[in-house]
Amino acid sequence: MIEEEALGKVYDGRLMRRLLAYLAPYKLIVVVSLALVLLISALKLVGPILTKLAIDDYIANGDIAGLTRIALLFVAALVAQLVLSYFQVYIMNMAGQRVMADMRREIFAHLQRLHAAFFDRNPVGRLVTRVTTDVDALNELFTSGVVTIFGDVFMLVGIMGVLVYLDWRLALVSFAVLPALFAVTLVFKRRVRVVYRKVRTRVAMLNAFIQENIVGMSVVQLFGQERRKFRQYSELNRQHADANIESILHYAVFYPVVEILSSVAIALIVWYGGGRVLLGTLTLGGLVAFIQYSEKFFRPISDLSEKFNILQGAMASSERIFKLLDTESAIVPPSPSTVDSSVETAVDAAIDRNGAPAVRFDDVSFAYNDEDWVLRDIDLTVAPGETVAVVGHTGAGKSTLASLLTRFYDVQQGRVLVGGVDVRSWDLGALRRKFGVVLQDVHLFSGTIASNIRLGDTHISDEAVAKAASAVNLDEWLETLPRGLDTPVRERGASLSAGQKQLVSFARALVHDPSILILDEATSSVDTHTEILVREALAALLEARTSIVIAHRLSTIQRADRIVVLHKGRVREIGTHQELLTERGIYYRLYQLQYKDQELGKPA
Amino acid sequence: MRELLRLVPYLKRYPRPMTFGMVALVLAKAAAVLTPQVLKWTIDDLAVSVTIDKLLYYAGLIVAIAVFQGFFRFWMRRLLIGVSRHVEYDLRGDFFAQLQRMSPSFFNQWRTGDLMSRASSDVSAVRMVLGPGIMYPAETVIVTLGALLFMVSISWELTLVAVAIMPVVSFVVMRFGSVIHKRFESIQEKMSDVSALVQENLAGMRVVKAYSQEQRQKEKFNVENDEYFNRQMRLVKVWGAFHPLLAALIGLGTVLVLWWGGLMVMSERITLGELVAFFAYVNLLTWPMVALGWVVNIYQRGSASMKRLSVILDVEPELPSTAPAGTLPAQPAPLSGRIEFRSVGFSYNGGGNGDRVLRGIDLVIEPGQTVAFVGRTGSGKSTLTRLVPRLYDVTEGTVLVDGEDVKALPLHRLRRSIGYVPQDSFLFSETVGGNIAFGNPSASQEMIDHATALAGLNSDVEEFPKRFETMVGERGITLSGGQRQRATIARAVLIDPPILILDDVLSAVDTETEERILSQLSNVMESRTTLLVSHRISTVRNADLICVLEDGQIRERGNHDELVELDGLYASLHKKQLLERELEQI
Repeated sequence: MIEEEALGKVYDGRLMRRLLAYLAPYKLIVVVSLALVLLISALKLVGPILTKLAIDDYIANGDIAGLTRIALLFVAALVAQLVLSYFQVYIMNMAGQRVMADMRREIFAHLQRLHAAFFDRNPVGRLVTRVTTDVDALNELFTSGVVTIFGDVFMLVGIMGVLVYLDWRLALVSFAVLPALFAVTLVFKRRVRVVYRKVRTRVAMLNAFIQENIVGMSVVQLFGQERRKFRQYSELNRQHADANIESILHYAVFYPVVEILSSVAIALIVWYGGGRVLLGTLTLGGLVAFIQYSEKFFRPISDLSEKFNILQGAMASSERIFKLLDTESAIVPPSPSTVDSSVETAVDAAIDRNGAPAVRFDDVSFAYNDEDWVLRDIDLTVAPGETVAVVGHTGAGKSTLASLLTRFYDVQQGRVLVGGVDVRSWDLGALRRKFGVVLQDVHLFSGTIASNIRLGDTHISDEAVAKAASAVNLDEWLETLPRGLDTPVRERGASLSAGQKQLVSFARALVHDPSILILDEATSSVDTHTEILVREALAALLEARTSIVIAHRLSTIQRADRIVVLHKGRVREIGTHQELLTERGIYYRLYQLQYKDQELGKPA
Repeated sequence: MRELLRLVPYLKRYPRPMTFGMVALVLAKAAAVLTPQVLKWTIDDLAVSVTIDKLLYYAGLIVAIAVFQGFFRFWMRRLLIGVSRHVEYDLRGDFFAQLQRMSPSFFNQWRTGDLMSRASSDVSAVRMVLGPGIMYPAETVIVTLGALLFMVSISWELTLVAVAIMPVVSFVVMRFGSVIHKRFESIQEKMSDVSALVQENLAGMRVVKAYSQEQRQKEKFNVENDEYFNRQMRLVKVWGAFHPLLAALIGLGTVLVLWWGGLMVMSERITLGELVAFFAYVNLLTWPMVALGWVVNIYQRGSASMKRLSVILDVEPELPSTAPAGTLPAQPAPLSGRIEFRSVGFSYNGGGNGDRVLRGIDLVIEPGQTVAFVGRTGSGKSTLTRLVPRLYDVTEGTVLVDGEDVKALPLHRLRRSIGYVPQDSFLFSETVGGNIAFGNPSASQEMIDHATALAGLNSDVEEFPKRFETMVGERGITLSGGQRQRATIARAVLIDPPILILDDVLSAVDTETEERILSQLSNVMESRTTLLVSHRISTVRNADLICVLEDGQIRERGNHDELVELDGLYASLHKKQLLERELEQI
């Protein structure tokens, strides 16, 4: 489907200008490159002229020294062409690759700025393509497209100029085929483009069909529909083959027609030019040069239409890239000009203050889309140093509550306050540095265990990492690893068990020593031994911080100062474990449903 | 290269286009070699004296040769490249048919993306061998032979001078080809590193943000990005020299011919016309030399791809199907629906004791009975039902239907008798009606209406923009989870099977809707053997028999009241669901 979109636009001036702007820092290279291309094109024209001189002035007169001079001159021209071409290609590629590296850098940096909700809507795979494939599609535009277009035009004009200079009458006669050559090429390219579009759509349909059948193969087999599906497949397969065979037809006609046209040009030169030789107005060498030039006509014409396709591909990719770059983050830190000074000092004070700050939800309501309220009228204050356990049934809004504190999303109503200041007034980085977040689904980066704990914060010493690791009971496992903390972690921590991953994420939070801790307990079950390790590690983590724990462990809940029961987006009960049990309300039922089994000592 | 031999039988299916294509190729290329001859005559005649009519004759000859050559080139391309497209069609068909023979365990083992890349890019790479991979080398041989023949007939000495450069050209093409290939691969590798880094970064965006790691991530990215740039430039260093060098070498060949040939003309050992003809021959020979590197590349890629295709094509189907795809008899006699499990054990990777999903299952289900299976995720309840239609084969014991081992029953007869509704409620991107009538494409509208009503989807269908003609999926409407589930129920009910298997199919609708659908289905279920898998007590409470599975074994069996009485696993599950219901209502 994306491919089909891609074929929509051929040329868009606005996009082109924006693309070329990326070349601006490399202006000098582009200018030099352009000059070189013109020089190289001129050198390419030298060959037939030298041949003419050799035939007319030296071979005809038996001048061996002269012929050798011409040959050496010819070699010199070739060497110059080789050196200049190499240099030109090299510098132009350097500029092109730099531009693409710049673009990738910009896109990646932009992605880092975008808000959480953006990633909920856009699949990771698609965003990765923006950085990789889409940028690569611009390769040819920057490295060869822009500059060689001038070279091709210059070549054509140059050939025509030389021919006119040699014999303008014969030149005009041989130009007779040019309009036809142009026309044939244009028609062919247009046809081929149409057929390719057809081929591409059909390839897409064929692939979609195979994909769907692979996924649904058991259904096909259970209902005994293999034969019918095969027939449908064969039909698509046939259409695909037909489209390709149609494209063969175009090529099969095009190449011979071009061949015939260039033969007509040669025939015209032989007949009319031969006549001019007989008249004595053209030399034999001149005739040979004419024949050689006429063979050079086709290349630039064909290349020019090739460039057209490059342009088209670049337009489609750049449109997608720019669309991403134009997406603004919905979560923006306050700009200095709009913040009044009293708020500013309050924020500064909050940033500088040591110790655990208070956290407050002030009449907060929140929905991911429009009116689908996930949280409603939440009023909740967590005192400095307090541990609050948030419990509730699936879909009660627990994780959302945590996301609002670190400003992954902005509330629609009310305020979220950290250290007495609205999170929207905080500098985002400063706000998030106050927090340590342990998510339910532990994300590990490829690197080592140590790098996953430290997360690139160079201020954290090796000792601190080791201390944190041992504080969360990682030692026992690390001792079994020959490389200890330096053990490599593969992509997404595939080699680690669920329990190990949890402990690593605890160490990560601990070593950053946050003043507020948000912990979304993992629900994945671990063995009893690991469970004990995790419980102990949790105790170390909750020490002396303001903590909000989305709890799944009874032990965690019992340790909390207060339990907040969230039900259908509202705070329904608040109290200690014993208080809430005696109330016999929602918590009582949740306890029966989720936590009671854990009292027997077996993890849920 | 040996892998490619597998393609010979495919080519043999098209003897006529292959033969005529080759004949056309020989004629076209033979004609191409003639034009320089005409040039030779022209120049030589002009050097002496000639009439304008003779020139016109030569001009006509040049055009005539071009037309002749063009005609055969047209057929050469059409026929030879056409064959490659036909073989591609056959190959794609065989590949798909092979997939259709594979059992679910095959699809568990192979990732969809992997199979897709074999079905698309590998088939294309193989096609390149059959098309350009045959045509270009053949052209090279004919042109080289023809050109050399004429060249030697003019002067073997100048021929040696002219071809002296050719081995160098070939060497450069090969040498550069392999270096470029290596450096290109190192670029690809780096690109996949960059891509993995971005992927990881985006997947872990919340951690990145929560720990304010944006700056650090950017630095990490820039390191990889710069390395990618460096590798690109390493390629440019070689690749940038490739084409200029080729042009220079070919040019050098021309200069050598001009110089040596010029000397020969002066000493009157050849004529000027012959020298000009030589230029043309050198020109004819260079392109095939340049193409050589490309052709080698086509063969390398093609044989690697053929290997990847063979891996799939050579997999033996796990379940010997009595009727291969394409030869199904129309309507096998239905079974009555008595199902028996006799000390059944199963593990997904065949054997091994530790990972057995099912063990020691003994169960008899009489025709018309409704049996429900409950238990935690991973207890084996879904797996048990999958053994009946032979989506998987037992690793121990026997599954019998109508007293016969399912392995002994013709597969199509067995499956025809089972209406299976899988967990994932998969629908095809065709119309709603087409999906419901999937098992019986010739079903009447009444049958479709009836099945739809039984599944409780009728009122939904009325609201679809084109009712039964509405497309499902990207090109039509997106059905909700509950609608999809009900559509798959309708699909199963439509074939009127004696056995109905519902694998946790009403999880996406609320309890109220579920009860409504179940009561509608009760008529259908009454007259046939029904296997019901569910998490919900409300779904299974009316079943004739309820089996509670844990760790692959049936731990409790009985009807609802008996099991509640027993106060075991079922009873605790029942209690919890009552609590959940209460919570729902608070």
